[in-house]
Amino acid sequence: MNEEFKEHITKSLTQNMRLDGRKNDEFRKITIETGVSKTAEGSARVICGDTEVMAGVKLALGTPYPDTPNDGVLSTNTELLPMSNPNYESGPPKIESIEIARVIDRGIREGKAMDTKKLCVEAGEKVWMVSLDVIPINMDGNLLDLGALACMAALKNAKFPEVKDGKADYKHLSKKGLPLLETPIEVTVVKIGENFIVDPTEDEESVLDSRLTVAVLESGNLCALQKGGDKPLTAEEVDKMVELAIKKSKELRKLL
Amino acid sequence: MSKYKKRFDGRKFDETRPIEAEAGVIKKADGSARFKIGNTVAYAAVYGPRELFPRNQHDPKKGKLRCNYSMMAFSGTGERIRPGPNRRAKEISMVTEKALLPVVDLSDYPNAVVDVFIELPETDAGSRCAGICAASIALADAGIIMKDMVASVSMGNIDGQLVLDLDYAEEAFEDGDVADIPIAMIPSTGELTLLQMDGFISPKDLKKAIELVKKPMEKIAEIQRKAVQNRYKVK
Repeated sequence: MNEEFKEHITKSLTQNMRLDGRKNDEFRKITIETGVSKTAEGSARVICGDTEVMAGVKLALGTPYPDTPNDGVLSTNTELLPMSNPNYESGPPKIESIEIARVIDRGIREGKAMDTKKLCVEAGEKVWMVSLDVIPINMDGNLLDLGALACMAALKNAKFPEVKDGKADYKHLSKKGLPLLETPIEVTVVKIGENFIVDPTEDEESVLDSRLTVAVLESGNLCALQKGGDKPLTAEEVDKMVELAIKKSKELRKLL
Repeated sequence: MSKYKKRFDGRKFDETRPIEAEAGVIKKADGSARFKIGNTVAYAAVYGPRELFPRNQHDPKKGKLRCNYSMMAFSGTGERIRPGPNRRAKEISMVTEKALLPVVDLSDYPNAVVDVFIELPETDAGSRCAGICAASIALADAGIIMKDMVASVSMGNIDGQLVLDLDYAEEAFEDGDVADIPIAMIPSTGELTLLQMDGFISPKDLKKAIELVKKPMEKIAEIQRKAVQNRYKVK
């Protein structure tokens, strides 16, 4: 890490000023577009500043897990494409991408975004398997929040394929959407020095001390947390970060 | 007489699907492009010249061109595609490299690599051709010295009828033989840099196919050049 660069960022944050001119608690401008891939059953693109991320939903009929015979299956995957950033390399998923996928998955799963019982076609035999893929096109920070947002937009956009002779007919999508119940919104608050910021750029992420991702439900309750970064947080700091995350989640919710 | 008298989507036999091309769509990359032909979309990003690992691949005379073709998990009709390299993607990456190599001059970058990443968010046949078109624009956008664009499109032969730019429905034509011939060309010289075929075709028809594809290649190259020009147009 470049110490001088960190000092420079921290100093300006103390004056509530980011390198790109934003205030500490300000997101970059976000646009959401849905139905961006016709081969996916649901898809969305989120553009926020220079970060662009796509999410796609694929639906397939499969066998449920033996311990949950009445539930559909959700799986979330993130591919940090080397196309999207010079620091990403080809190869098996690294811990950064695994963490992003798991935290997004946790928000959706624990927030009961989907009624998995309604994904059951035949108990113990056949259920819908929902695969979510989060893929950055251009990565300039905050992939977790923006990936989660893209996922919710893609889930809302998804339509079931028609079923013919017990098989999914992908050429014909029905009008029926996924059984969605809740919309969890994930907001990551980043601590640099004594400052708290949201929607970090790649530069800001490179100098962060700690971060806290908070998945917020419409009621204002929380359904997932993830602390990251090398430095610890005090209870008071967690309090402040959660409060800021809840406040920002209301803004993001309006975009969906 | 061919049983394929009218194209499923109403196109003329020598007509491509609608094409859109844009350069500079990925800011982190040194050069980038998006190429859309019908419902097949390809992104390409170029990084480099940059340091090449592993070192044993270093060439003190010139830089290395390294292409990586990959389909996104949700880019196919039907079930999800498992991410990561598979045999098909590796072969396409290799032939893409060979398709682009003849036009680039990497002699200024000894021991370095120019990486080209091709990603497809949605496909409806012709994905390797779209990838090559996008990569060619991205290389130009990255400022790599090139003697021409590489244009690419597939020719098809459906039950004896030659058709340009097959889509998936045409590849799956059931009432007769189908040949799918992906071609890449250096339009200014007419040289072929990619030529593959699967299916069934007479040598006479193959000759005709290669002759017929020249004109559309020039048109595609023109769209590619426009994409690069538009990126630097003063508004």
